[in-house]
Amino acid sequence: MTVQEVGQPRRRKEDARLLTGRTQWTDNLTRPGLLHVMFLRSPMAHARIASVDVSAARGLPGVVAAFSGQDFAAEQGSLPCAWPVTEDIVIPDHPPMAVDEVRYVGEAVACVVATDRYRAADALDAIEVEYEPLPAVVDMNQALAPDSPKVHEAGNKAFNVTITSGDVEAAFRDAPVVIDRTYVQQRLIPSAMEPRAVMADTDGESFTVWSSTQIPHVLRVMLAVVTGIPEHRIRVIAPDVGGGFGSKLQVTAEEVLCLLLARRLGKPVKWTESRSEGNLTVHHGRDQIQHVRLAADADGRIRGLQVDLLADMGAYLMLVTPGIPMLGAQMFNAIYKMDAYQFGCTGVFTTKMPTDAYRGAGRPEATFAIERVMDELAAELGMDPVEVRRRNWIKHEEFPYTTISGLTYDSGNYEAATEKALALFGYDKLRAEQADRRDRGDPVQLGIGVSTFTEMCGLAPSRMLGEANYGAGGWEHASVRMLPTGKVEVITGTSPHGQGHVTSWSQIVSDALGVPFDDVTVLHGDTAIAHKGMDTYGSRSLVIGGVAVVKACDKVKEKARRLAAHLMECSPDDLEFAAGAFKVRGTEQQRTIQELAYAAFTAHDLPEGVEARLDSDATFDPDNYSFPHGTHLCAAEVDTETGMVKIRSYVAVDDVGTVINPLIVEGQVQGGIAQGIAQALFEEAVYDADGNLLTTTMADYLLPSAADLPNFTLDRTQTPATSNPLGVKGVGEAGTIASTPAVVNAIVDALRPYGIHDIRMPCTPERVWRALEGVRR
Amino acid sequence: MIPAQFDYERPASLAEACQALAEDDEAKVLAGGQSLLPLLRLRLAYPSKLVDVGRLDELKGVHDRGDHVFIGAMATHDEVMRSPAVTSGCPLVAMATSHVADPAIRHRGTFGGSLAHSDPAGDLPAVVLALDGVFVARSAQGEREIPAAEFFVDYLESSLAQGEILAGVKIPKLGDGWGFHYEKFHRTAQAWAIVGVAAAVRRSNGAITEARIGLTNMGPTPLRARATEAALRGVELGDAVRQACEQAAEDTSPPSDLHAQPDYRRHLARVLTHRAVRTAAGSP
Ligand SMILES: Cc1cc2nc3c(=O)[nH]c(=O)nc-3n(C[C@H](O)[C@H](O)[C@H](O)COP(=O)(O)OP(=O)(O)OC[C@H]3O[C@@H](n4cnc5c(N)ncnc54)[C@H](O)[C@@H]3O)c2cc1C
Repeated sequence: MTVQEVGQPRRRKEDARLLTGRTQWTDNLTRPGLLHVMFLRSPMAHARIASVDVSAARGLPGVVAAFSGQDFAAEQGSLPCAWPVTEDIVIPDHPPMAVDEVRYVGEAVACVVATDRYRAADALDAIEVEYEPLPAVVDMNQALAPDSPKVHEAGNKAFNVTITSGDVEAAFRDAPVVIDRTYVQQRLIPSAMEPRAVMADTDGESFTVWSSTQIPHVLRVMLAVVTGIPEHRIRVIAPDVGGGFGSKLQVTAEEVLCLLLARRLGKPVKWTESRSEGNLTVHHGRDQIQHVRLAADADGRIRGLQVDLLADMGAYLMLVTPGIPMLGAQMFNAIYKMDAYQFGCTGVFTTKMPTDAYRGAGRPEATFAIERVMDELAAELGMDPVEVRRRNWIKHEEFPYTTISGLTYDSGNYEAATEKALALFGYDKLRAEQADRRDRGDPVQLGIGVSTFTEMCGLAPSRMLGEANYGAGGWEHASVRMLPTGKVEVITGTSPHGQGHVTSWSQIVSDALGVPFDDVTVLHGDTAIAHKGMDTYGSRSLVIGGVAVVKACDKVKEKARRLAAHLMECSPDDLEFAAGAFKVRGTEQQRTIQELAYAAFTAHDLPEGVEARLDSDATFDPDNYSFPHGTHLCAAEVDTETGMVKIRSYVAVDDVGTVINPLIVEGQVQGGIAQGIAQALFEEAVYDADGNLLTTTMADYLLPSAADLPNFTLDRTQTPATSNPLGVKGVGEAGTIASTPAVVNAIVDALRPYGIHDIRMPCTPERVWRALEGVRR
Repeated sequence: MIPAQFDYERPASLAEACQALAEDDEAKVLAGGQSLLPLLRLRLAYPSKLVDVGRLDELKGVHDRGDHVFIGAMATHDEVMRSPAVTSGCPLVAMATSHVADPAIRHRGTFGGSLAHSDPAGDLPAVVLALDGVFVARSAQGEREIPAAEFFVDYLESSLAQGEILAGVKIPKLGDGWGFHYEKFHRTAQAWAIVGVAAAVRRSNGAITEARIGLTNMGPTPLRARATEAALRGVELGDAVRQACEQAAEDTSPPSDLHAQPDYRRHLARVLTHRAVRTAAGSP
């Protein structure tokens, strides 16, 4: 008897090894004669480099080499931007090591290669750099002023996009209600547990690069393009990778330079960043100013929505920098029906670390704005915020539904998720308590926040990516190898860095081929092993890569069927496949998949035209995105004397379609919610007016730990996606996208009787207190 | 961690440690390393030598000495907060220590290291100041005692001379009728206090007869809220306590940083002092 594996809360195969330290983080790896690289980084936000003198560093003990940007000017190329969102976008040259000008604090200007990291660090102090200061450009609005100093010669505007659907003017003309708000998405620093690290080595002809990356395949192509080293001479390995959250979806200066240093020196080199170095130079996330206008009828029905974004690119466009706000372009309308929609976005250069993907990438920003504005609409009309949403959302029976922004949502059931969430939350009871506290003038006020989110994920249909000017496809690849002993080796093009693909893929294969869960192994993250792949980001791995595994299993079975028919002397059509064996219908005769694997291996008796292997490859490219959704509810207590916010309870009902492994799904939702709460309450990268990053350590850049978070109450509804055969939708980003507005809505809800309708994120106690002080006066 | 180069010495006795320090002006004492190592890591400190006193038995342990509790400088935070001598003899110390950082850091960081470091944002300086502790310092020249009111000189600066090692602190036991509370205000569990208030309150027949209030992170050193202490004397619980606590921020000069501006810290000092005093006085 076989148990269905899909749906089982299997413990992760990865964990015993990870938890007992038998891991291969890049920084744990070594090579004979390994040298260590450190970078000298600009202390200036903006300056011309008059001179760099590395000669004193070269003479120090243990120092093998020291180089300035000039030393690599001829070969280092320009770091790539793969998403030119418009025809006329400005993509400035982006040398991995600055040559003439630095444009953010932390930009590499020189490097030292030494026999150990201590000596390398000492030698950095011996490098002399003369800077001629140029004005910093820190604020986006100021950057766009005509008299602003320029970050790049071409100016401070990277691109501008406007997308209109429906008659926006008509929607706003004579609208009984117009909500007009500006929200600030603060800058965030992705803080993966494992800092970035790169090692590179060469045998004189070929190169191997180990990197703590989410994208070994993309990195290989890009390293070839940037350095001119032929692609077939580069192998990229992503060993164990300790988290990324988008920050390792990048082609970094350090990766390019380690490769070039290995070539220049003919020796293996390694670089590992410190946490403070990471805060400065891991690409940052979010950083938008969102101007949102919503027009509605008196009964709460939305007429139209107009969004105007300023998106801070930072100093350069990195791999998908300009695409991040564009990932929100079709998401501000969210789950709501409306007559007209306009989206505008200006990408702005500043002298700060470039921004790029961070968990949710564009979609948390959009969800935040619309979910905040829906609460404002409810307040304006004196309606319950859940009711306002109910009046506007797409009804269950209306799916598939093409939204005003042009996406077709294949499935969803907002009613079911919301009903379940309200019941678990005890919505009515909490509303009663809130009223009571308001009546009593309790110094601790209660607020309730709602977020009925959706997201587009499973990046993505290659055709749609092409339409969006993205520089690559969105397919995914898998191979399934049947070993002679009947064990199964799966090779996936996705690149897990904490998500548990080895476990989930094993469950999928176990069901597809009828083999035991423990008989499946999953290989990944090495371009020499997993030769094709588009890697892991955008909640895509299961939705695309998992489905590719299913397709490859289907092909294995087709081959096995022909072999089984041959061996049992019947027609393939007479065979039925169940519990891992082909049975001749109506007889006891059967061959297990393991027996067939062995028969293919010995190849003693193969039918005409059948190769000596059952192994199969498949790629999957979906027709559409997937659209997870859910309802999140947050109850927050606000201490009006101190401004302190405490989350009292949090309920999330997510619909991620079919669930392969509920433990993993729950883990993703838990972590996602924590990260979204972190944006609402704790995290903010702060630059001063001179462009210095002030939050370079975790004492200043606050990350919550388990002690700072409540227990979350999680549940699910399951409305399978129709865009892939597994019915899965993706869960990697859902929690992060949903939770930020739920928390801020709760805080504002608590403060509304005081006449407060916004608190800027992160909603620190001081900000809450100042808002209260402002109205008390 | 990639600090600059330094020598490391682990003397076998306190006398040897004093000697090692006396020989080198740039040498520094290493205790639990929880404040010193971050400074080395960020290359904000360049000592020539670290003299590790962490394993010296002479500096360890917590001792009940009748009218006071002697806490050895190298007692870890975890030992201190669990020590029966502390929880019964000077419970305010245990209360505040349980709020220091997180369990991992409390197992390494020491009582003496926290005080010698003289960080006004640390939780223990204000507590020892409020309790009028007496610091015992050793050097090649011998031993001397420094009252808490004279120990904290400036931001990260104590009155320990170069070459002097803090051996421990005498915390006087307060008599009957005292209640205690440490109120720490911070954004995450592991973070330092934005403001902290240590309160010891004695009541008799319903009225407050004496109050001692130490303030964390309200100036370059820990401070006593003297005006509030005076105003609380003889006051019945109720509105008068609130009024007295309105003076908690007098004569403070709180810092400005990413977590709070001075005016907000002053406000917090008033609110938190009221909460700490009320709780210490047994009326939550
Ligand atoms: C992440 C983090 C969070 C923290 N949060 C808090 C917090 O919330 N509250 C809080 O109070 N503390 C906090 N701390 C600090 C912690 O309490 C440390 O234990 C304390 O500051 C220093 O103690 P230590 O034994 O580690 O001293 P060390 O770091 O070894 O030394 C600190 C300084 O004191 C000197 N010194 C040490 N011992 C002696 C001695 N016996 N004689 C003379 N000089 C000496 C050293 O030379 C050095 O200058 C935190 C630390 C970290 C790393």
